[in-house]
Amino acid sequence: MNILRAKSITLPNGKVVPVKRSKTPVIILALLICCYYSVQITGFDLQVLVKRINQFWVILADMIPPNWNYLNKLWQPLFDTIKMSLLGSILGSVLALPLAYFASSNMRKNQTVVVVTKFILSLLRTLPTLVAALIATFIFGIGTMAGTVAIFIFTIAYVGKLLYEQIENADLKAFEAMQSMGHSTFSAFRFAIIPQILPNYLSNAIFCFEGNVRYAAILGYVGAGGIGLMLNESLGWRNYANVGMILLLLAVTVFIIETISETIRKKFL
Amino acid sequence: MNIIEKHLLNEPKRTVQNVITAVIVIIFLMWSLTAVDLSNFTSNGVAIAKNILHGIVTPNTDLLFTFNTNGVPYLLLETVAIAFLGTIVGTILAIPLAFLSASNIVPKPVAFIIRLFLIFVRTIPAIVYGLMFIRVTGPGPFAGVMTMALVSIGMLSKLFVDIIEDLEVNILESLESIGCTPFEKIRYGIIPQLFAMFISVAIYRFDMNLRDAAILGLVGAGGIGAPLIFAMNAYKWSEVGSILIGLMVLILIVEFLSNKIRNKIVRG
Repeated sequence: MNILRAKSITLPNGKVVPVKRSKTPVIILALLICCYYSVQITGFDLQVLVKRINQFWVILADMIPPNWNYLNKLWQPLFDTIKMSLLGSILGSVLALPLAYFASSNMRKNQTVVVVTKFILSLLRTLPTLVAALIATFIFGIGTMAGTVAIFIFTIAYVGKLLYEQIENADLKAFEAMQSMGHSTFSAFRFAIIPQILPNYLSNAIFCFEGNVRYAAILGYVGAGGIGLMLNESLGWRNYANVGMILLLLAVTVFIIETISETIRKKFL
Repeated sequence: MNIIEKHLLNEPKRTVQNVITAVIVIIFLMWSLTAVDLSNFTSNGVAIAKNILHGIVTPNTDLLFTFNTNGVPYLLLETVAIAFLGTIVGTILAIPLAFLSASNIVPKPVAFIIRLFLIFVRTIPAIVYGLMFIRVTGPGPFAGVMTMALVSIGMLSKLFVDIIEDLEVNILESLESIGCTPFEKIRYGIIPQLFAMFISVAIYRFDMNLRDAAILGLVGAGGIGAPLIFAMNAYKWSEVGSILIGLMVLILIVEFLSNKIRNKIVRG
């Protein structure tokens, strides 16, 4: 029973130091049990996977070479996708600022407001973007508007959360000095806190936009406009050469936007 | 002129920069506003919005508390299982890829090629992977697991690479100087540094996978997504409400737990 007994080391001067027991075996055991039950529930079967994995490449092989003639039809939806994510990201980030202000426990003395705002932000965050888009298509009809709303909601939740965490961790010395000089909470927030959080806020917003472009691409699957609509259509017709073209275009676009956003974040913020 | 006014005058003037930034943002905003198309928006939409809200407020409690395979609890369990197993498989696949794309471990060209490959893996939407795996495994949660695994690889290996590149090499040198074998160097010098951070990243990704697993139902890859969409297309808003409530509660609980565990792991 060597595992269960706590080990101890006797130092040359006679002092006995107990060795802290590692929790790793317990964690590994728990993970293995979870794995076993997950395998049971999902019907995971390695044999099937090994035997039939060649089927995985069938669709991929059909995508090569991509159908270059299809490219002309893709520019409009691609720009729709970018516009959708741009609009949703800008509006969402702007609205996130007041919400984050109300959700910060060091800005608002009324804790009810803080807790309620935080709860709303977490609720918005739990709503998967695709589900939000689906609901939006029912309300706003099929088209880019639904996608914009879904991205807007996601951006508020994401940027808002990061922002209130920053406000709560901000240095309050300047803020308190301004309050003691007679500034209202709001104007002290404007002149003491905003300059502190602005670089990170902008950086988060741009990062969110970058992710949103990638996300917007699949929103079309539920009819929320953009290039996802074309993706859905081509998948439906099993026209995998077209799918390959869409994916290639998306990869290039995402890569360009990532590069631009990384440059902006590194150089200017 | 006192010292405060002097400092005020010394404040850098950024008017030109601010105006330029504002103009650029406004141009982008205007350009993107052209995407707004409200022509499909009818008064019908308002009625549907009301119905959805009504459905969420008055969920179908039968569905919410039935413990057979059609009830919300089982579907949520299935979703958790998909996300969990997907994260595990994804982590197992991501670790070698991360080592292969860490520029302090392998030569630069190899690292670059693997990185390019990872960018492609990351851009392919989950739905396409889902369709590809359904060919392999048939529709069902198994396809969902494999899809989640592939979708996770991109982010997991990117974060793993950052951790690997931050490895503290001094420890390895001191271990070598006291005469440790390469195996001991890995066991006592590298694994303790990486293990906690890797687990923290994996838990974070599990949290994200749980959200994404909800969309797999769209392609028939199991989880709670499919019943949700069927209920929506059939305008059964109280069922939609109960599924959404279940999903939200689950995600909130998992997020709470994962934050707690990660804080504990990282702070030791």
